[in-house]
Amino acid sequence: MSTARAHLEVLPRSIQLVLWLGLLALLAFPWIGSDFHAQMVSRMMILAIFAMSLDLLQGVTGLVSLGHAAYFGLAGYLLAFMTPPGEPVSLWWTLPVAVLGAGLAAAVIGFFVVRTQGIYFIMVTMAFAQMVFYLFFDNKVLGGSDGIYINFKPDAVLFDLENKQVFYYFTLACLVGVYLFLRRLLWSPLGRTLNGIRINEHRMRAMGYSTFGYKLTAFTVAGALAGLAGYLWGAQTGYVNPELMGFHMSAHAIMMVILGGMGNFAGAMVGAFCFEYLLHLFKDLPTVGGFQMGKHWQLWMGSFIVLVVIWAPRGVLGLIQRFGGDSDA
Amino acid sequence: MDLANFLIQLLNSVQYGLLLFMLAAGLTLIFGIMGVVNLAHGSFYMLGAYLGYALCAAWGSLTLAIAGGAALSVLFGLLLERLLFRHFYHRDHLDQVLLTFGLIYIFEEMRSILWGDDVHGVPVPAALEWSIPLTENLSYPAYRLFMSGVCLLLAAGLYLLISKTRLGMKIRAGAFNRDMTESLGINIQRIHAIVFAMGVGLAAVAGIVAAPVSSVYPNMGSQVLIMCFVVVVIGGIGSIRGALIAALLVGLVDTFGKVLLPQVASMLVYVLMALVLLWKPQGLFKQ
Repeated sequence: MSTARAHLEVLPRSIQLVLWLGLLALLAFPWIGSDFHAQMVSRMMILAIFAMSLDLLQGVTGLVSLGHAAYFGLAGYLLAFMTPPGEPVSLWWTLPVAVLGAGLAAAVIGFFVVRTQGIYFIMVTMAFAQMVFYLFFDNKVLGGSDGIYINFKPDAVLFDLENKQVFYYFTLACLVGVYLFLRRLLWSPLGRTLNGIRINEHRMRAMGYSTFGYKLTAFTVAGALAGLAGYLWGAQTGYVNPELMGFHMSAHAIMMVILGGMGNFAGAMVGAFCFEYLLHLFKDLPTVGGFQMGKHWQLWMGSFIVLVVIWAPRGVLGLIQRFGGDSDA
Repeated sequence: MDLANFLIQLLNSVQYGLLLFMLAAGLTLIFGIMGVVNLAHGSFYMLGAYLGYALCAAWGSLTLAIAGGAALSVLFGLLLERLLFRHFYHRDHLDQVLLTFGLIYIFEEMRSILWGDDVHGVPVPAALEWSIPLTENLSYPAYRLFMSGVCLLLAAGLYLLISKTRLGMKIRAGAFNRDMTESLGINIQRIHAIVFAMGVGLAAVAGIVAAPVSSVYPNMGSQVLIMCFVVVVIGGIGSIRGALIAALLVGLVDTFGKVLLPQVASMLVYVLMALVLLWKPQGLFKQ
């Protein structure tokens, strides 16, 4: 499906520099920015993990999933179910359970969707995510359309997640961990195989690779990592609702990956930060001449998305590379 | 469930299925012929419904609103095809997904700016404001029959157009082999524009016809879009016949599911889709 795009698997110097500067900025941020802004940045980091998990499918394997938010939301709900109303619950067993749960759901749904291709894959992933959405939306037992509150952040024993700074650094550690894991995976035999599937699945199959198994593995791992992000989201906001699994959430993740530049995880990360920032910017627009520009943020976001698709399909990293003066990587 | 009740549910499911077909037909043609994933198709339905509401209020006649709405939406479709979609036929599905997702946002705000965010009712025309009595206390509203009638008429028209006319022959040829059709001297670009505008028109008319029953509300497009996706997946991309059968099937499962198994009703349709995918990954009528 998507072969023509340059994927920047080897990150050129200019982009590496940007990443290191970004990491330093993230490390220093809680000392400079206000509590409110630190919370906003932890949100961005959580979404960056989510976007990277999707990039494993979208950029590396060439599978465009329009239902990735289902696994994100599911893990958040798992945390909500495991947290009793009156006391915190241990991080050390709920985090693995939520991640594995999301992975399991991805494995089951993946078993059906991975056998489809192209347009079918897009529609079927979306339809299954919608099924999960309605399961939670329609059943009062599962929280219904109002969602569920999570009164306590998970208890980590060694450190205190209720402290906003500690939570911030915990999220940052997860972000760095997931990034390193995915970069390592990209260059492992599995990652090379997934890349091969994106470029030419027929040829991979002719070479004797069981592509079904590889694609299912990618789908499951991506679902589990989305689950990690969803767990953190639930813990941070203290609230989960069906919108987390919705179609808009999934589409936003696709947009984040595209906006940064796909197939190398660094782009997904950068894209998530840019997208969330823009979303804030558009929602906070002032009222001009009786026209509430902020209320109609979808108009700006929609136009922005359309313009990016038309003019900058290689994303922010492509631009950095171009202006950073690197030759083609 | 007694006979009268069963009959009502059956009529409801056929009516819902036919409405879905109007939307899915355009969607499946746009997929099948141009290879474009169109997430904004539900928005055309929503815009159609609001247009119907506005025209009904202005002209006071649903028939006029349907005719006017159809004409306006076809023009809108032609414009949209010319300005945007035409440039995306050869792009990645990923780009198409994003383009049309961006369009959903834009159309949603267009609606909000033009008509506000309120729910509006659309009056049933006086000539159709009666019901057919089935038993002492059960009856079936005539307007719903009219709805099914309009849908059937359009479905029949679409069938005749595709299978019996010269234009239909060209459309089928274009879907089968684009390059060969073009080298035979057929203006494929014009065929694409016509098919796209037709799809937009069908979706908008579906919205207008449904407005008196469902009323018009923000985001009414997204739910129907996902149902249409399910219909297209079950029926097989590009197949009008598949879309018709799948739409009726989805209508039946959804309507009877809500009556017989209300707890899991909203999931049943997706279970149906999963089963079809296991059996035939390309849909029932893949061409």
